[in-house]
Amino acid sequence: MAAERPVAAEIGGVMNDPVNSNFENRGPAMANMNISMSPKSLGHLVPWAVAIAFFFLFPERLGQWTEILIWVLFTISMDLALGYAGIVTLGHAAFFGIGAYTAGLMSIHVTGDPIIGMVAATVLAGIAGLITGMLILHTTGVTLLMLTLAIAAMLENWANRATKITGGDDGLQGMELGNLFGIFEFNFFGVTAFWYALGVLFIWFLIAYRIVRSPFGRSIDGIRQNANRMRAIGTPVWWRLVVMYGVSAAMAGSAGALTSYKTEFVGLTVLQLLTSGIVAVMLILGGQKTIYGAFFGAAIYIMVRDTAAETYPFLSEAIIGIMLILVVLFLEDGVMSVPKILRRRPKKAAE
Amino acid sequence: MSLVSFLTILLDGLAFGMILFIISVGLTITMGLMRVINLAHGAFAMVGGYVVAILTGDGMNLWLAILIGCTAAGLLGGLAEMTILRPLYRKGEMAQVLLTFGLAFVSISALTEIFGPNPIPVVFPDYMTGQLDIGFRTYPAYRLFLIGVGLVMALCLWYLIDKTLYGARLRAAVDNPNMARAVGMNVSFLFTITFVGGSALAGLGGAIGAGILPLEPFYSLKYVVLFLIVVIVGGEGSFKGSFAAAIAVGLVDTAGKFLIPDVAPYLIYIVVFLLLLWRPNGLLPPKSVA
Repeated sequence: MAAERPVAAEIGGVMNDPVNSNFENRGPAMANMNISMSPKSLGHLVPWAVAIAFFFLFPERLGQWTEILIWVLFTISMDLALGYAGIVTLGHAAFFGIGAYTAGLMSIHVTGDPIIGMVAATVLAGIAGLITGMLILHTTGVTLLMLTLAIAAMLENWANRATKITGGDDGLQGMELGNLFGIFEFNFFGVTAFWYALGVLFIWFLIAYRIVRSPFGRSIDGIRQNANRMRAIGTPVWWRLVVMYGVSAAMAGSAGALTSYKTEFVGLTVLQLLTSGIVAVMLILGGQKTIYGAFFGAAIYIMVRDTAAETYPFLSEAIIGIMLILVVLFLEDGVMSVPKILRRRPKKAAE
Repeated sequence: MSLVSFLTILLDGLAFGMILFIISVGLTITMGLMRVINLAHGAFAMVGGYVVAILTGDGMNLWLAILIGCTAAGLLGGLAEMTILRPLYRKGEMAQVLLTFGLAFVSISALTEIFGPNPIPVVFPDYMTGQLDIGFRTYPAYRLFLIGVGLVMALCLWYLIDKTLYGARLRAAVDNPNMARAVGMNVSFLFTITFVGGSALAGLGGAIGAGILPLEPFYSLKYVVLFLIVVIVGGEGSFKGSFAAAIAVGLVDTAGKFLIPDVAPYLIYIVVFLLLLWRPNGLLPPKSVA
């Protein structure tokens, strides 16, 4: 590997970031992640067990817990785009918003069935991801960031203006939800919303988990590390990125639909820069390229936010801001890297 | 469209563009120089604006207040650069976005805590709040003042960047920082003073632009997209590009509001989107990027 580095540097030029080009994920750490029947694989059950345990232990916090699940889903979609594919985006709220508004509008104008609405939201957001991806994924870096930002800002301002369709600043009201599978009612207690969110998250989790370990996912990994080298060995770089971006957008759309089902309301905030920012924060906080990081990132962010808002209502933004600064400076790879850091420390001392 | 309304759009657009230019020029140079995406730039503009608003509210002379406000914004910028931004230069775009996002958050919270959530006005002297007869119509003196300040600042900066030793060093460091270091330039020091200068200019823009971009705690997040647009459309690190882009953004936005009000709120994003697809490196990118 070491011998190959200089070649890569030549091909990649500025794009070849030495930090990203070491293949740290190919080691034993990766082997641990494969689902098999070893004792270690029991770890895979933990997040789901915790989620279900919370349902029974803290029924009064169900709303918060459902919100966390929704944001976990959104954060995993961000992990696919930003973490695995290295697509620098500050516009993922666009797809979240498309999902939320589609689900909301479907329930008002077409059918209240939450599954049909969910599928429509997912497909529409996915198509939006594919189309915008085709347009913007030729670019990289700051230009790409600006383009994603511009798309989300365009949509937000359009939604603000199109009051007849979206309700504008007042939000989309009057959603009429049918029962899930015709049986379970979406009500004030949020039990159905919780299980629905958990179910959708689980399905998407399996898909995402499968994708990043497939040959396709591997090639995406390679593209992030050195796009020019991948191009040189014949990978259709642009097309792969577009597909990944589309999948990620579809996933964000599902998360958006869930959020509209949870509150039976869609506000303009789903499209705002802040929403795109928050999902990026959650991803970095939890750890990129891990999928599981999303669980930690979303849970920590929402719990800190809610606790801060209860205790110091005027300083909650500052607390989140400071948390962000500290994470970027001192915990670059997020919470998921803590065990690695702890394991590394004693070894160094022994040497 | 009559000639009068055409000229009005032109003047309004110029005034808005000048504000964008004064605030964004610091951002374009620091982004070109340090390759750091700074979402907290709006916060420096906001801090400068707040200082001026508080001081003029107490009856201080506007120019003196601006001097103090710019100094405050500049010092704060320098402090931020030396303490928390410096470790960022080697990190990825997203780390930079998030950290500066965090800074913007802190500034929002701090200002809400101290001055409350409502917009606060900068008190402009009487000669700026009136109307002036400019031949074909009367026009707010304030906007003419903005255009004047913008042109003067553009001229000064052009002289500074194109004609002085400091400017030559700055351009060299933007084009190739490693080479600049290799020939013995103290690039870190150059970074810091440029950051101080850029933040001070942002403070100036925040203060005198308060009549168009009202000062409130969410100022920094609300307008930072506009500032970034100016930087990216102009070409990172390109002083002339950012001038052209700021004027263009000002004109497009103002013309949109007059002529097609239904599309205006997102017109600018559509234009930027198409423009960046056409020229991904901006209108006038510096040599290092082109």
